[in-house]
Amino acid sequence: MDYIGKSNLRVDAYAKVTGKALYTADMAPRDSYVAKVLHSTIANGEVVSMDVTEAKKIPGVIGVFTCFDVPDVEFPTAGHPWGLEPAHQDIADRKLLNKRVRLYGDDIAAVVAEDNVACDKALKLIKVEYKEYPVHTDARSMVQDKDAPLLHPNWRDDNVIAHTSFKSSPDFNYDEAKKKAIAEYGEDNLIEVVKNVKTPRISHSHIELPVSYAYVDANGKVTVVASTQIPHIGRRIIAQALNIPWGKVRVIKPYIGGGFGNKQDLLYEPLNAWLSVKCGGHPVILEISREETIVGTRTRHPMDGDVRGLATKDGKLLCRELVNYSTNGGYAAHGHSITAKCAGIFQNLYKNPLGVNSEAYTVWTNAPTSAAMRAYGVPQAVSFAETLTDDICFKGGFDPLKFRMDNLCDENLKAGGVEFYTYGLKKCLEIGAKKIGWDKKREEYKNQTGPIRRGVGMCCFIYQTAVAPIALETSSIRMILNQDGSMQLQTGATEIGQGADTVFTQIAAESTGITPDKIFIMSNQDTDVTPFDTGAYGSRQTYVAGNSIKECGKLFKQRICEYALTIEDEEKLQGKKVEDLDVCDNHIVDVKTKEQLVPLSKVALTGFYSFKHNQHITAEKTTDITTNTFASGCTFVDIEVDMPLGIINIKDIISVHDSGTIINPALATAQVHGGMSMSLGYGLSEELMLDPKTGKPYNDNLLDYKIPTAMDSPDFKVEFVEMKDPTGGYGNKALGEPPTVAPAVAIRNAVLNATGIGFNEFPLTAQRLVHEFKAQGLI
Amino acid sequence: MSKKIITLHVNGKDREVAIDERESLYETLRNELCLTSIKKGCEVGECGACSVLLNGRCIDSCIYLTVWAVGKDIVTVEGLRDEENDDITDVQKEFIKQAAVQCGFCTPGFILKAVEIVGHNKPYTREEIKKLITGNLCRCTGYMNIVTAIEHAIKHNMDKLGVPYEVAPATTSFDIPDSEKDKMLEGVLAMQDNDVTKF
Repeated sequence: MDYIGKSNLRVDAYAKVTGKALYTADMAPRDSYVAKVLHSTIANGEVVSMDVTEAKKIPGVIGVFTCFDVPDVEFPTAGHPWGLEPAHQDIADRKLLNKRVRLYGDDIAAVVAEDNVACDKALKLIKVEYKEYPVHTDARSMVQDKDAPLLHPNWRDDNVIAHTSFKSSPDFNYDEAKKKAIAEYGEDNLIEVVKNVKTPRISHSHIELPVSYAYVDANGKVTVVASTQIPHIGRRIIAQALNIPWGKVRVIKPYIGGGFGNKQDLLYEPLNAWLSVKCGGHPVILEISREETIVGTRTRHPMDGDVRGLATKDGKLLCRELVNYSTNGGYAAHGHSITAKCAGIFQNLYKNPLGVNSEAYTVWTNAPTSAAMRAYGVPQAVSFAETLTDDICFKGGFDPLKFRMDNLCDENLKAGGVEFYTYGLKKCLEIGAKKIGWDKKREEYKNQTGPIRRGVGMCCFIYQTAVAPIALETSSIRMILNQDGSMQLQTGATEIGQGADTVFTQIAAESTGITPDKIFIMSNQDTDVTPFDTGAYGSRQTYVAGNSIKECGKLFKQRICEYALTIEDEEKLQGKKVEDLDVCDNHIVDVKTKEQLVPLSKVALTGFYSFKHNQHITAEKTTDITTNTFASGCTFVDIEVDMPLGIINIKDIISVHDSGTIINPALATAQVHGGMSMSLGYGLSEELMLDPKTGKPYNDNLLDYKIPTAMDSPDFKVEFVEMKDPTGGYGNKALGEPPTVAPAVAIRNAVLNATGIGFNEFPLTAQRLVHEFKAQGLI
Repeated sequence: MSKKIITLHVNGKDREVAIDERESLYETLRNELCLTSIKKGCEVGECGACSVLLNGRCIDSCIYLTVWAVGKDIVTVEGLRDEENDDITDVQKEFIKQAAVQCGFCTPGFILKAVEIVGHNKPYTREEIKKLITGNLCRCTGYMNIVTAIEHAIKHNMDKLGVPYEVAPATTSFDIPDSEKDKMLEGVLAMQDNDVTKF
């Protein structure tokens, strides 16, 4: 292959290092009105009345709109593909502004003004009268309180969005399985671990804040320019929210400053569109602050799971159970899908000869709405599964590496229509163990005493590449031959920083024979121009759009060759048939000898300007994918724990990924670095905390909410196990999200190795460590 | 409040602007002078996306009043240029070559910080570089390739100064030789060349 597996430089790097790349806020018309949102100062209740008289008097205010003014339409916000049958339609549980307040910071009014200052002044003058209800910020307490007021009575009779049990067999019962195990092996020959694990509420912390601007164009089309991962889905949701025909909405996505799943929901785009409509179609920009982003957009689900696991004394895992309460916050957004994915991964990561139960509750609560965040419930799944494994190993004196080799799922795993078409998980473990020096260090770090201790730990995972067959996977690609033989490549799949445009260019080059420097990819998606694709989420794009580019490329190449044969007087093509031709290096070539027969520039130019046979060569292809393949991998880490200070220093860390063929190794490596860094935050420092009584956030800013800085980031090591996956366009499987799954838990397991203390609440902050070490009499 | 006319020295030129005395340098440079490489990430000096060089030092322009900048030399990424070679700067080239750019939103801020660091003419280690850039936040890269890019930019400067300096070895077996990256960079720059007669 000529262009696959090459570390091409990013196609957008020049634009980004010179500051020429334009993001949403950079493009807003200078005469745009400014919109700001008024947020509730209670977490549960109702807006009884609102007085906007004084606010409207501020000079420069164009309009003040409240929850009493918005259309009586509830709409869904999740960036799911949607479907014609209700099972594939998300819960429509919010209005543009809400009278029923469900979280601290809910959106209850908006001001549009000529400038920021007028907007801020007016917001402060809106008087709100509330009726308050008791607050529950976490799922378990919400479920336990049978008298808790319903947050969404239109949808459910309680506050549980969904409750599912994934079992190895319908009649599986953990206690019965345990009895059976006792009968078979004897109680003395069994090891059981029973515990509770809690994971943190995480803010995506993309550096670009959610921003959009909207206007109604000269033809009455509602146009929204937005920092979104899902332009085509955005069009549907905006139309649903405003209750207007879908074709009347146009969404444009410029360069975007990170999304990580937060921008896989529509956030303020529908409100922005409506405000513009209400202001005569004048451009209105709505850019929220960091504080509003942390509380009012989306977060990773905090989960609270009761975990049990049973193994034999010789290291055979028998059965496991997870009962998980997942805090979904005030609105459904992605509904149960994230907690369900978490449950599925817990269930399937290991073989469970005596069975498994993975039970999950997703619960509406008076907290920030949880939805998609990079790796969609799987960091939580391994927080349950992989801490359980290490606790069993610790108790039983097993080597965690060998225990995993013996008990991990194998290449025969088939779950929910997903399977390992290629299986590299155990190979990843071998490489990781070797690179970290596992055996030597496990031996070396035995029986340590004193305040500074070393430890090694590991964690592994499996990960679905796309969302099929649960949801639709579809992608359209358009290729257009320019007069000079170069290509316009249009896709609805979205570049959000991950490098999609670069790998799409490489895949297009591979499939068409046109060199990457002559492929111009349209980075700014525009739903009126770029073909349909559901967008950047899952780890789907290189898999789904990649397959579509490959198929479109074949068609494009065929059309080029067919047209070339109609060119008169082209000596070298005389007597040739389509099957004799190929395209390589911007030329039509003989498929066998690779002799260059005619340059594409000549074919294209003739096509455009021939009087006899005029044809503009284009191709468009829709590819829907029904297969889905498991990627996998692991992280190994070597740490030092300063016990009196509660500080964890990472001495060495390596992630190894089984992601099929790597299309661009340099960008893939960079992607893994970012995922590892994000997981360090989950493991060591990040947690958005709320006052449980009021639902008010304690640390809704980047000073107190601690994402890793450069000083917190060790040098990351990365390796890949490349096995060509038959279902990936060019052998590729998921890589976007998987890097952010394992590192946090590997660190936790290394702390167990170092100190003998297994922490079950993330992140492992200095306060938690010191508290526990003191309680255990270690310091 | 009535506006005040002031003169700012930005990217080598004097620019007259009408400002509200309460406004930040971030607002003036972006809104009045359309220097959109300066980004908003927090508005309170936490993230560094709005960095500009002020007399060669990197500051957060969101918490710096415009009136304080009068008489000072202001540089943004739009004003970076290797005049001698009529080219983008070594720092910018290394950010491209070392895959230090992902979403690109924090990139202008990091590049200005890197320009300041390289300008110190000191052979910083990776750990020292990390400490120096810790006021700029990035959520995509884990900082790894940013540090590598800055190391390489320092290396170019140290070579010019004749000071021995070695960059740390790559931590993945997939890394390709620098010469190959240079060749690809030539391709990238050729596509951006403003001299249309070359095509």
